[in-house]
Amino acid sequence: MHGTRILQEADRLMTVCNSCRYCEGLCAVFPAMEMRRAFSDGDLNYLANLCHACGACYTDCQFSPPHEFNVNVPKTLAIARAESYAAYAWPRAFAGAFARNGLVISLIAALSVAAFIFGFAAINDPGVLTGIHTGPGAFYRLMPHNAMALLFGAALLYAIVALAMGLRAFWRAIGEPVGMTTDAKSLLQAVRDAGELRYLDGGGVGCFNEDDHPTDRRKLYHHFTFYGFALCFAATCVGTLYHYLLAREAPYAWWDLPVVLGTLGGIGLVVGPLGLLSEKWKRDRVLVDEQQMGMDTAFILMLFLTSITGLALLLWRETAAMGPLLALHLGVVFALFITMPYGKFVHGIYRFVALVRYARERRMMAE
Amino acid sequence: MVDLTRRFDVLVIGGGNAALCAAISARRAGASVLVLEGAPKFYRGGNTRHTRNMRCAHDAATEILTGPYTEEEFWKDLLLVTGGQTDEELARFMIHESKDILNWIVEQGVRWQPSLGGTLSLGRTNSFFLGGGRAMLNALYRTAEELGVDILYDAEVIDLVIEHGMFLSAQLKQPVGGRTEVRASTLVAAAGGFEANIEWLKQYWGEAADNFLIRGTPYNRGAILKMLLAKGVQEIGDPTQCHAVAIDARAPKFDGGIITRHDSVVFGIVVNKHAERFYDEGEDIWPKRYAIWGRLVAAQPDQIAYIIFDSTVVTSFMPTLFPPIAGATIAELAGKLELDAAALEKTITDFNAAVRPGTFDHTILDDCRTEGITPAKTHWARRIETPPYLAYPVRPGITFTYLGTRVNKQSRMLMKDGKPSANMFAAGEIMAGNVLGKGYAAGIGMTIGSVFGRVAGREAAKNARN
Repeated sequence: MHGTRILQEADRLMTVCNSCRYCEGLCAVFPAMEMRRAFSDGDLNYLANLCHACGACYTDCQFSPPHEFNVNVPKTLAIARAESYAAYAWPRAFAGAFARNGLVISLIAALSVAAFIFGFAAINDPGVLTGIHTGPGAFYRLMPHNAMALLFGAALLYAIVALAMGLRAFWRAIGEPVGMTTDAKSLLQAVRDAGELRYLDGGGVGCFNEDDHPTDRRKLYHHFTFYGFALCFAATCVGTLYHYLLAREAPYAWWDLPVVLGTLGGIGLVVGPLGLLSEKWKRDRVLVDEQQMGMDTAFILMLFLTSITGLALLLWRETAAMGPLLALHLGVVFALFITMPYGKFVHGIYRFVALVRYARERRMMAE
Repeated sequence: MVDLTRRFDVLVIGGGNAALCAAISARRAGASVLVLEGAPKFYRGGNTRHTRNMRCAHDAATEILTGPYTEEEFWKDLLLVTGGQTDEELARFMIHESKDILNWIVEQGVRWQPSLGGTLSLGRTNSFFLGGGRAMLNALYRTAEELGVDILYDAEVIDLVIEHGMFLSAQLKQPVGGRTEVRASTLVAAAGGFEANIEWLKQYWGEAADNFLIRGTPYNRGAILKMLLAKGVQEIGDPTQCHAVAIDARAPKFDGGIITRHDSVVFGIVVNKHAERFYDEGEDIWPKRYAIWGRLVAAQPDQIAYIIFDSTVVTSFMPTLFPPIAGATIAELAGKLELDAAALEKTITDFNAAVRPGTFDHTILDDCRTEGITPAKTHWARRIETPPYLAYPVRPGITFTYLGTRVNKQSRMLMKDGKPSANMFAAGEIMAGNVLGKGYAAGIGMTIGSVFGRVAGREAAKNARN
C-alpha cells in the first residue's frame, strides 16, 4: 500500500510497464523501473521526478486510454511529481503553498512590488522616486547598495536553505544517503543529461505536444529559459564582484560584462518563457496535470517578468521611469527568490538529483 | 475530407504494418492510395500495435544487432518451426527481401533499438522497434500522411465486387456517412486473420473456442478474408492452425497484448483442472517452445491450466502483470485454484520424488530431469518444496490465424483455378500461411507484413498504371 492515491496508481502503472518494457529505449524512467520488481513510495517519487514529461510513452503505448488498462504514465507521474514537491517542502507549514500556487505566487509578487514602491517613496525624499538619476551609483540613490545586497542576500540564502532542506527530505525518501552527489562521475553525467535535456526528446524524435507529431520546441524554449536564467544570475554575480572587488558601481555601460550577460540572458528569459507558455497552452490536456497549470504558469510568468522588467530598466534607466522600474524589477526578483522553494523552480532541483541517482544506478549495474 | 467519388489507383484494406507498407510503397511509386482501416483511430493497426520486433536476415552485425543472421540460417529456422510446411520459393524470396527491409523501414520513419530487457536471446536475429509496435505504426502513419495517402478510420468494408478474378469496387460502411461505393484500379488486402471471430474459430475448435482469449483487438474478424475466399481466391493454410501461447487466465477477453504472457513454465510444473501434469515442461530452451503451450492448454479440459512453482524461482523470470496466486501449503494453494487438494499434493509429491540431482542452468539444456514419471520433465526439473507455493492460471491466447489467400512472388492473389488475379494483392497475416504453415518464430509476422506489404504496394502501383 502507498501513502497516496496517485502513488497507488503509479505503482499499478509501473507493474503494467514492467511486464511490457517496450518503452525502455525512450528515456531514463523505464530502465530505472526495470531495476526493480516492487516500488516503494520513495522509488515512485524518484521515477516521477526522473520523468521529463515528453509524452512519447503515452503516444507509443498500446494500453493508453481508451484501452481498459488505462496507462497514462506522463500524467500520473506529473501529478505524483507535483505532490512530491509539497511533500518535501520545508518548512512543512509552507507545503500548502503548492496547492494554490498560482494565486500564492501572484499575491507574493504583487505585495513584493508594492513594498518596494512604497519603500522607495517612504524612505527617500519626495521626488527621488520619479527623479532622473544617472552615472555610477544611480540605482543606490533609491536604495543603498548595502541594504540591497543584504536584503537580496538574505532572500537568496533563505531560498537556498529551504531548497536544501527539501532536497534532504527527498534524498531520504528515495533511500539515498544524504550527500550522494559526492560521486563525481555520476554528478558529471547528470550535469550533462540535465544540461542538454537528454530525456526531453521522445527517444530522439522530439516530444509530443498538441498532437502525435513530435517536435523539439519545448526543449528549445526550455534551453532559452534555463540558459537565460543562468546568464542573468551570472550578470548579478559579476556585478556584485565588480562592486566589492573593483569598487565599480552600477549602472554599467552597455558593453560591460554584467550588462552583456544580463541582456543576453534577459532575451533568453523573454523568448523561452513565452515559448514555453504557448506550448503549454497548446499541449494536449491528456498528457498534463491540469491542477499544476497554475504553478507552471506562475513560475513561467515570474521568469518572464524578471527579464522584461530588467530589460525595461536597461532601456529607460536614464529617464524618470527608472525609479518605478527599479522598484518593479527588484520587487519581482525578490518575490522570485523567496518563492523559489515553493513553486515550479524546485522541479529542476529534484529532477537533477533523480538524474544523479539514475547515473549512479546505471554505473552500479554495469560494474 | 477524402473524396470518395474519385477512382483510386490502389485501395488498401487494413491498417497494420502490411497495409501501411503497401500504402507507402504504392504512393512512392506514384499511385493515388486510399487506406480503409476498420478500427477506430486508437485501435488502428490490428496486431501490429502489440508487436515489438521484426526478424530480418543480415550478413553482419549492425548498431543494434549483435551478429550476422544469414539467409540460410533464417531459412533453416523457418524449416524447423514449420516442419517443412512452407512454400520454399516464396519463403526464400521473403528472407532475401528482408535484408533490405532493415533499411527501408527506417526510411519510412521507424526507429530501431537493441533487444529489450529479458529478450537477450533475440539480440542477434531480431530488430526491436523503439517504443514498440504502436510507435512503429505511428511512424508509418505519419509518413503515409505526409506522402498524401488518404486514410479513413472506422471504415468497415462490407462487400467486395470481384468479377473473374478482377476487383472492381468495395462497399464501404461508415458510422457517419453510411454506405459508399469505393472504386480503385487495384486492391491490396492487408486486413489480417480471423482470430477475434469466435464464431469462426468454433467451426474448427468447437465450444472450446469460447474459452480462448484473444491477444489482439476485437477488430480482427477476418471479414475480408472470408469475402475473398468466397469470391474465387485460392485458400492456403490449415484453418485450425494459429499462433497461440499460454497467457494469464485473468487477462481481458481481447487486446491484453504481450503483458499477459508467462515465461515461468520451465521453472515449475503445469497441471490441468484435474491437477495432473500433461506435457514435458522442460522440453526445450524457453523461447523456442513458447508457442506450443497455447495449443497444449487448448487441448486440456475447460482449456485451463496452472503453472505451479515455489518461492525460490520468483525472480527467475520477468515480473508479471497479474501477481501469482499464493498458498502457504499445497492444499491452501489448491483451494484458491479450486483444484482437488489431494490430487495436487500427489502430483507434486510424485514429481518431487522423481527429480534427479543435477546442476541447474536455464540457459542450456541442463541435466536436471525427472525419472520414472510420465510425462517426464527432461530439463530444469527441481523440487517444488519451499513455501509459499505459487501459481498462475493460464488459458490459450490466440495471436493470429494461418488460413489465408494464396499469393505469388508479386504478392498477387491466385484464384482457385491457379491463375493470378488481374489486380488483387495480399500482404501480411491474411497471406502468412503461404510461408508459415504452422509454428512460429519470434518477429516473423512482421517480416511477412513488411516484405509482402512493400512488394504488394509496388506491384499494385505498377498494375494500376498499365
